[in-house]
Amino acid sequence: MELILLLFTFILAAFLGFELVSKVPSQLHTPLMSGSNAISGITIVGALIAAGQVDGNLSKWLGFAALVLASINVVGGYMVTDRMLSMFKARKGD
Amino acid sequence: MQFAINISYIIAAILFVFGIKMLGSAATAVKGNRISSLGMLLAVLATLARSNLGYEWIAAGIFSGAVIGFITAKRVQMTGMPELVALFNGFGGLASLLVGWAEYEKARPDWAEYLALPENSAVPGAWFSALVIVLAILIGGITFTGSIIAYLKLSGKIGGTATVFPGQKGINVLVMLGLVAVGVLFSIDAEGVNAPTLFLVAVGLSLLIGVLGVIPIGGGDMPVVIALLNSFSGLAAAAAGFVISNTVLVVAGCLVGASGLILTVIMCKAMNRSLGNVLFGGFGAASSAGGKQVEGEMKGISVEDAYYVLEAAQSVVFVPGYGMAVAQAQHAVKELAEILERNGAEVRHAVHPVAGRMPGHMNVLLAEADVPYEQLCEMDDVNAIISTVDVAIVIGANDVVNPSAVDDESSPIYGMPIINVHQAKTVFALKRGQGAGFSGLVNTLFFLDNCRMIYGDAKATVSGLVSQFDD
Repeated sequence: MELILLLFTFILAAFLGFELVSKVPSQLHTPLMSGSNAISGITIVGALIAAGQVDGNLSKWLGFAALVLASINVVGGYMVTDRMLSMFKARKGD
Repeated sequence: MQFAINISYIIAAILFVFGIKMLGSAATAVKGNRISSLGMLLAVLATLARSNLGYEWIAAGIFSGAVIGFITAKRVQMTGMPELVALFNGFGGLASLLVGWAEYEKARPDWAEYLALPENSAVPGAWFSALVIVLAILIGGITFTGSIIAYLKLSGKIGGTATVFPGQKGINVLVMLGLVAVGVLFSIDAEGVNAPTLFLVAVGLSLLIGVLGVIPIGGGDMPVVIALLNSFSGLAAAAAGFVISNTVLVVAGCLVGASGLILTVIMCKAMNRSLGNVLFGGFGAASSAGGKQVEGEMKGISVEDAYYVLEAAQSVVFVPGYGMAVAQAQHAVKELAEILERNGAEVRHAVHPVAGRMPGHMNVLLAEADVPYEQLCEMDDVNAIISTVDVAIVIGANDVVNPSAVDDESSPIYGMPIINVHQAKTVFALKRGQGAGFSGLVNTLFFLDNCRMIYGDAKATVSGLVSQFDD
């Protein structure tokens, strides 16, 4: 991957992110925050690569710790968002 | 194989984009969150398809993390949501820090060999790897300790008020400059003998800045900080993405960074303050930090007398604040609202954007209590009809209904948009005692002729009103 392409991707993603959430009703602020927090757990990909090293002692341990933390972030984040949103949904059915 | 992995990353990124988009609308939010979790699953599976991975450690790591996350998410009460979001956020930040650190440990023994690896073919030199590693450490570290301090404040384990001390801003600036200097030195001489020491100093300073940055922020400003830390956790992941040259990390992290930043701006606007003012203002630390002296006295009312007023009311607005969350009064409020509706009154719940301790905090609590969607009103809609409202019931809200924000130019909160309950015919303010709110400001609302105080625990008061109706 060319470095400049990576930067290019970063900048486009920033604009896309601003566009996506600019008109969110305030009722959904908490779920949006906790849902996007779960997405930031994407760092789990980096953690997987580091924890899966066949050699590299300290590096592997650091990766392992990162993997545990990122998994908590991902699994807990998505589940808690789902719980919150299901309350919003149940209410709409009234 | 590498091609298939990259295609999977692209699909994952698309799923994240749609997921965030759908989270923005009530009708599609549940689906959106699930779509985004599918994207995450796909990204993880694609990564596992890489060759040369040792799966025992991976399995152990994912399993223990998933179990902890699962149990925590199942057990949390809705009232504990702000601190949990803060805690998860902190974990994400620390994970990104550790990913950066792990990569540094990979490179440290032999930079030449590290840079010759095929996945680093695009890296222009050791300085670049070192720079992005330091960035991941810095943002991840601030996110981690900042979120932990926010967590401790929100869960009441440490005091929620702003902690300020003389020379605080100077110290913060010095630490920040020190960190930048260390980061630059480390980057330009990543292969030197001092680099490992500089690296550890950078880690330490990053963690320190997170603590120093959040301790001077008072309880009522928490929504801004939580939104900002959310943004940081995304940026930390994006920085980690640059460290390992991984597109999906860069895209997903940046999306979160941007969305968190927008939320931060929305929160700041709702308080009519700049981000700088929130972060460095030490708001709420100084008591009586300006504002006019108020004349008159607060007038109390008994639950029984309040009942007679409510019984005759045609239109009632509830204005919840952090006090409702503390007293866990949302279910009692829902019950009272139902009774009032059956009694012929029109009931609304007016939610201020920064009421509570995180963006949308009150909405989560009212949703938990099953308050109908149609009864929830945003600030502007309620202000338009407020003069026709017979009774406004303020439940543990303070600054968001303080009329000083409208009419007292010397007040520190002057200019902040508020819910104009003082224009309602009658206001009942439910309050624990006579003290000032988190900001230390006197609320002139409580001294107005149309305002009556009902002292005591909000839940007990509301339940008391409910039982008056039952009799």
